[in-house]
Amino acid sequence: MGQRTPLFDLHLALGAKLVDFGGWDMPLHYGSQVEEHHQVRRDCGIFDVSHMHVIDVSGSQAKPWLQHLLANDVGRLQHTGRALYSAMLDTQGGIVDDMIVYLTEQGYRLVVNAATGAKDLAWMNAHLSGFDVHLTHRAELAMLAIQGPHARQKIGELVTQARAELIHTLRPFEGQQEGDWFIARTGYTGEDGLEIILPAEQACSFFNDMVGAGISPIGLGARDTLRLEAGMNLYGQEIDEQVSPLISNMGWTVAWKPEDRDFIGRAALEAERTKGIASKLVGLVLEERGVLRAHQVVRIAEVGEGEITSGSFSPTLSKSIALARVPMATADRAEVEIRGKWYPVRVVQPTFVRHGKALI
Amino acid sequence: MSTIPAELRFAESHEWAKQEGDLIVVGISDHAQEALGDVVFVELPEIGKVFVAGDAAGVVESVKAASDIYSPVAGEVVEVNESLGETPEELNNSPYSSWIFKVKPSNADGDLAKLLDADAYKAAIGE
Repeated sequence: MGQRTPLFDLHLALGAKLVDFGGWDMPLHYGSQVEEHHQVRRDCGIFDVSHMHVIDVSGSQAKPWLQHLLANDVGRLQHTGRALYSAMLDTQGGIVDDMIVYLTEQGYRLVVNAATGAKDLAWMNAHLSGFDVHLTHRAELAMLAIQGPHARQKIGELVTQARAELIHTLRPFEGQQEGDWFIARTGYTGEDGLEIILPAEQACSFFNDMVGAGISPIGLGARDTLRLEAGMNLYGQEIDEQVSPLISNMGWTVAWKPEDRDFIGRAALEAERTKGIASKLVGLVLEERGVLRAHQVVRIAEVGEGEITSGSFSPTLSKSIALARVPMATADRAEVEIRGKWYPVRVVQPTFVRHGKALI
Repeated sequence: MSTIPAELRFAESHEWAKQEGDLIVVGISDHAQEALGDVVFVELPEIGKVFVAGDAAGVVESVKAASDIYSPVAGEVVEVNESLGETPEELNNSPYSSWIFKVKPSNADGDLAKLLDADAYKAAIGE
């Protein structure tokens, strides 16, 4: 038996089919993964993402410590509530994890991946010495994501006036505390929406309120196809300790300036940049029938070979899409080997769908 | 709880087989389609292909994963359900009327006898 979120029994009552995700028993879907996907693109849906870890960072040296720990620069966070996306690297430039960092009244709030939480905490603790920093793993909190074009409007109707006002005024990639809720305008679907971090004991009743208001629960299956269409990396698929952010479409998250900011992995990334970045993540679109899957081989004429990191059927596009790591030179066309046969694919920018619209 | 028609025979790998004249019609069980989730692609066998019972005959892909389909009987593929190309989700909607392929069997009685009846299949999937 895996770990369970506070909403586990509610998922069962709602008919969830369960799946193991990073040691957690999580809902894969509640009936149809494809319908849930459409629901989020067209209206909105709720995800239980309480398996993700919330880590609060406080202490007088929280800022210089995070500037050392992370490849992105928390110095860029100009005012309370702003968020940034960053990789946490090892000294080789490999990605220990990716996360969102919020600047809060008390310091910083980090939201890291489910399967990597224990590893991340061990890594962070191993790099604490010499810093006046205190880490608090907020395991008592639950986290719900409400995503889709109507998410903010519908949630605004279900919460207190103060929270509704905050939801109305939050800009994209901002998060603020309101009472014992932390409400952020962030997500992992390519749609507008919210992520709400709240006490576990309030999560079930709020989830129930949302379902009662006609908002569909959405499983991790649709979460995966939504993030794939949005071209977002998934830790363990596109990124892990074997790859650097520079070959993972995360170059924009590496803050090179100020040049004297000595973050872990910096020397390795600079060496990689000097040597020349070898590969990149691209999008693939299969024009024929079939389904692209992770680890299938990609062949680009006169360029070389690559590999699919995530592949699935795109419910929005009604065809199969994938993210693949290919040689930097790449091309407009490639071929993918599926069960011994080579299928032609189109190579595209790895953002397939945003705000309900096909981009390819 | 899935549906298990009494007139069908089942492979432990979740295909159903039905005698139809001198042919055997093959599909996947309700239990199988439920476990697979939304089916988005079916790779059909080639007409004329000859299978031994238990040979991989095709692939059903859901959003989640690809799953091999095995021929429950030996014989030659004489017909495939081309309409699954356009509407693979029919395997979810009506697993027992959405057949995948038809085989001209070489040993129908012997092969069918080795398959599970509805009760035995029900027990095999723990229902």
